[in-house]
Amino acid sequence: MAARQLRVAIASGKGGTGKTLVSLNLANMFGANVQLADCDVEEPNLNLFLRYQQQEQHPVTMLIPEVDEKLCNGCGKCSAFCRFNGIISLGTKAMVFPELCHGCGGCALVCPQKAITEKTSQIGTVSISRNKNITLVEGRLQVGISLVPPIISAVQEHLQDDLPAILDAPPGTSCPVVAALQGADYALLVTDPTPFGLHDLKLAVALVKELAMPCGVVVNRAGNDQVGLYDYCKDQNLPVLLEIPDDRRIAEITSRGELISQTLPEYTVMFSKLAQALKEVGRQTGGGN
Amino acid sequence: MNPQKIKELLILSGKGGTGKTSVTASFAMLAEKAVLADCDVDAADLHLILTPQIKEQHRFICGNLAVIRQDDCISCNRCLEVCRFKAVSVGVDEKYSIDPASCEGCGVCVQQCVADAIDFPERDSGCWMISDTRCGVMVHAQLAPAAENSGKLVTLVRDKARQQAEQNMSPLIISDGPPGIGCPVIASLSGVSFVLVITEPSVSGLHDLKRVLALAKHFSVPAAVCVNKWDINPQQTKLIEEATEKAGAVVAGRICFDSSVTNAQLQGKAAVEFSGKAADDIKNLWSRVVKLL
Repeated sequence: MAARQLRVAIASGKGGTGKTLVSLNLANMFGANVQLADCDVEEPNLNLFLRYQQQEQHPVTMLIPEVDEKLCNGCGKCSAFCRFNGIISLGTKAMVFPELCHGCGGCALVCPQKAITEKTSQIGTVSISRNKNITLVEGRLQVGISLVPPIISAVQEHLQDDLPAILDAPPGTSCPVVAALQGADYALLVTDPTPFGLHDLKLAVALVKELAMPCGVVVNRAGNDQVGLYDYCKDQNLPVLLEIPDDRRIAEITSRGELISQTLPEYTVMFSKLAQALKEVGRQTGGGN
Repeated sequence: MNPQKIKELLILSGKGGTGKTSVTASFAMLAEKAVLADCDVDAADLHLILTPQIKEQHRFICGNLAVIRQDDCISCNRCLEVCRFKAVSVGVDEKYSIDPASCEGCGVCVQQCVADAIDFPERDSGCWMISDTRCGVMVHAQLAPAAENSGKLVTLVRDKARQQAEQNMSPLIISDGPPGIGCPVIASLSGVSFVLVITEPSVSGLHDLKRVLALAKHFSVPAAVCVNKWDINPQQTKLIEEATEKAGAVVAGRICFDSSVTNAQLQGKAAVEFSGKAADDIKNLWSRVVKLL
């Protein structure tokens, strides 16, 4: 079997550092046939810029228990087993709280009466749009649902191995980010030289180390480093692969839903270089897993 | 303080990095006797501005982690079959193991293991703290990297903040929320008195705002919106304010783009501790929000 092509996750501890900006412009300059995965499924933004016609939609579902009241004798074993308070029985017939259920299936397994069956329930959608150079795979959580990681996993299941992929990760350092990073070979951490940016970069680096992933840094709104960001990167042996200047035009162009690598020539060059640097990473790591 | 009378104001954004924490820190300075809660437990930043003196620190022990005892494992494959989170893998040596980062802590494998070879220890998932700051008591937390249960930690932070408010006779809790609309946001939102959404005038800001407002509506929480750095794109600001009203929320104010906000952050200060246009805007926003509460 051929080796899987490189998958790069664009992540950051702090929100709003420019993950989406980097993902989009990198994909735009990557050359032929790249997959772009929107793993920020709580707030997917990539297609606001690409405006692709979505060609395929796949529902993402989970299994939620359903109790047959005729069979349930109120023994309470399901409720005692469930760690998430998703099913409650206090000497009475069991009641399901779908918003707390993690879909592990344990209650159905432990029910001695076989009173619990599972039914599928939609929690989100994966949409795919294939275009000339970019295949966009977008995950979208349904509003009101709290379970994010299964949607991110579903996005990754729709990625092809024979094409490289750029994964736009959600902010933070908890389970959704882990789910996004687990599908990648390399993490590109986007930060800015502010106290919040540096603090949250340290959290992201701790997470990436925990997962034993190689990583590099993109400094957005670069300029006057008063917080010691570059010293930190040097100390931690983190390569800085790109510096995006503090340029108000970027905020203005991005606010309109346009790509700076399409609008401003200096950024076309800048993101081509980043794409080359990442392809080099891909060659060094043998193309992926 | 009559616990029923304590109000809880939550600052959210949908999209990250729109200025939630800068606004929260400023509100903390402007409010009298508010208790502060940092509900962004996986990338908490409020402490960088409010420089808390920690009074109490506790481990956050939450959930469990399945661990296979290799010596007792009979390689029957049952754990792999029943795990819905793809946490079980078989190594080249035919040994079964569980990836801690993928383990949901549901206990299905533990219950199903015929050889009783899976331990299920409690998980150290971070810590939470009660601190003094220059503008009152603050409850904050740090989730361990790659840990689960951020929602439960948020709920804990909110419970402790409420206790502090009761003890200190504080009429108000101000919470800095996480980005997004998933688990920790839902844990932050359910049952609060009022939510203020800080957004930015971009296509992403508008899109994400609509989803947060839909979530607030889902939980029947009244909402107001403020566009930060509104002058980056005045046209988009107008669109956002129209969408706000259409969603049944209140337009509470605008904050202009002002480099003094970043300068304040660099010096560990809240924006309103500096004078500037943005500081004035935040003061106006605060007086509006107080009336809405």
